[in-house]
Amino acid sequence: MRGNTPTGAIRAFKGVLLTVCCALVVVPFVGIVSTSLATREQIVRSGGFVIIPDEVTFSAYRALFTGGVVPRAVGVSVFITLVGTALSLASTTLLAYGLSRPATRAHRPVLMLVVGALLFTPGIIPGYLTVDLLGLIDSYWAVILPVVVSAFNVVILRAFFMEIPAELVESARIDGASDRQIFGRIVLPLSKAVLSVIGLFYAVGYWNAFFGALLYLNDSAKWPIQLVLRTYVVNQQQLGVDQVGTTELPPQEALQMAILVISIVPILLVYPFIQRHFSKGVLVGAVKG
Amino acid sequence: MQPLHELPAVADGPKPPAEPKPAPRIRRDRFLLLAMLPGLALLLTFHYLPLLGNIIAFKDFQPYLGLVDSPWIGLDNFRVIVEGDPVFLKALTNTLLIMLLQIGIVFTLPIALALLLDSLLSERLKRVVQTILYLPHFLSWVIVISIFNELLGGSGPINTFLRRHDLGTIDIIGNSAVFKELITGQVLWKEAGWAMILFLAALSRIDPELYEASAVDGAGRLRQMWHVTLPGLRSVIVLLLILRLGDALTVGFEQILLQQQAVGVDASEVLDTYVYNNGIVQSDWGVSAAVGLVKGLVGVALVLGANRLAHAFGEAGLYRREAR
Repeated sequence: MRGNTPTGAIRAFKGVLLTVCCALVVVPFVGIVSTSLATREQIVRSGGFVIIPDEVTFSAYRALFTGGVVPRAVGVSVFITLVGTALSLASTTLLAYGLSRPATRAHRPVLMLVVGALLFTPGIIPGYLTVDLLGLIDSYWAVILPVVVSAFNVVILRAFFMEIPAELVESARIDGASDRQIFGRIVLPLSKAVLSVIGLFYAVGYWNAFFGALLYLNDSAKWPIQLVLRTYVVNQQQLGVDQVGTTELPPQEALQMAILVISIVPILLVYPFIQRHFSKGVLVGAVKG
Repeated sequence: MQPLHELPAVADGPKPPAEPKPAPRIRRDRFLLLAMLPGLALLLTFHYLPLLGNIIAFKDFQPYLGLVDSPWIGLDNFRVIVEGDPVFLKALTNTLLIMLLQIGIVFTLPIALALLLDSLLSERLKRVVQTILYLPHFLSWVIVISIFNELLGGSGPINTFLRRHDLGTIDIIGNSAVFKELITGQVLWKEAGWAMILFLAALSRIDPELYEASAVDGAGRLRQMWHVTLPGLRSVIVLLLILRLGDALTVGFEQILLQQQAVGVDASEVLDTYVYNNGIVQSDWGVSAAVGLVKGLVGVALVLGANRLAHAFGEAGLYRREAR
């Protein structure tokens, strides 16, 4: 363990082990990107999966983005992600802040409700009936609203707010600041890091939304990217002229990999920000609490 | 929001001329109360209203009558559970098998991974490895399964290689005999890096002096691991095990649903897919809700029981006994 200097053999063994672990994650990504960029000849030659393309072509992406299912699905996913994340952040932050002020009347029963929501998860059938009852079937709200507030995030954020020094809040109050001003001018600016992490967690969740969309969106014109991925990649349905905006079809393998890449890229874009913030933001609170 | 609108009027009424009384709490905390309202309303609508919806388990649900007017039938819907309907039993057996496999492998391997990473001396190398291993956690199940299919499927690189060298092919995707191992592998690939975070955090808080003291006492590396490292991890392990138990009967719903077509129901039906297939696909609402309800209650019972057990062993567990 720490403090001891490991012997050469053990170090080599660790090195191999870690390299294998990392390769298991990295190599698939490289292969997927490569295949989406490879030419038809090379895909045929290599049996369907290319590790390093010898010639790069963007024809798969061009075909997918000319029109058809993919641009529409990306649009739907972007909409669900933006609207959902905004609603989630607003309601979670406000609820957590209200709960973080012990003087607030009624904060204890509300806290019980939040903690109870962690323990008792609604079943699939009652959940479906509720959405049906509210007339939300085939509406994007059915994918968004049931998951807007995550009780877990409320608890984490509340713990963070409670660690803001009371003197700071008190001195602002003595200066005549209202609760709203304290929240907007002191608490929010101090919480930027933790809010950005929680916002990104929510955003990733909305972008990855699959089951809610499967349950509630019967109309395939409303499908987000994850359902397109299921249909054309997991279930291997062929992408024909009807699904793609052009008559010149690149190989199916390249099209499938390109959809996969399109669904992963947004995650890769926000990942560095999550990485940078979450260790000091969310994690610290979670471990302490 | 309605009741609150009336309140300012009451509070703004004629004030006694002498020393002004402190404003009523409900007016003073107006902002905080209003702030909690949207989140609370959503929680009530989408978390607690569905809990009420569980009464469907005790009804003969007729869609045209609606939930309220459908006739009560007592515990009839629970008969499949007691009488051992074969499809239900299959789902239950598969769930328990997968649960054991996942607690055995998916729970323990991240601990080993954290120990391995913690023993590295270079901070930078640690960070690089972590950054790579966390990533799959943020991918959806559809993406993960797509990746597995592309790599291990019939036209994937592994089978292509085997074919080229006349070694035959191995069928992993769509092979019901290895389905449980396949989904365990998928969970490991997706979550092992993420699961190790809390263990790493706990490891970093173990006092280095404990290692030095044990080294002075002549403890080798293995004895140090047994007597210093593992006790240091104990409370985190207990906490995560309790949390895991609450979801014990939830074994990879999306993940399994996505692959059910390929391997068939026999190998892949679990409680959640049973509820979905039986209830939403085949409209046998009452029975499915009954199964879902029992599953949820067992989950709660497992958490509470495990927590009590943790207290008995002197651990803090999920919440403290003295909690107000």
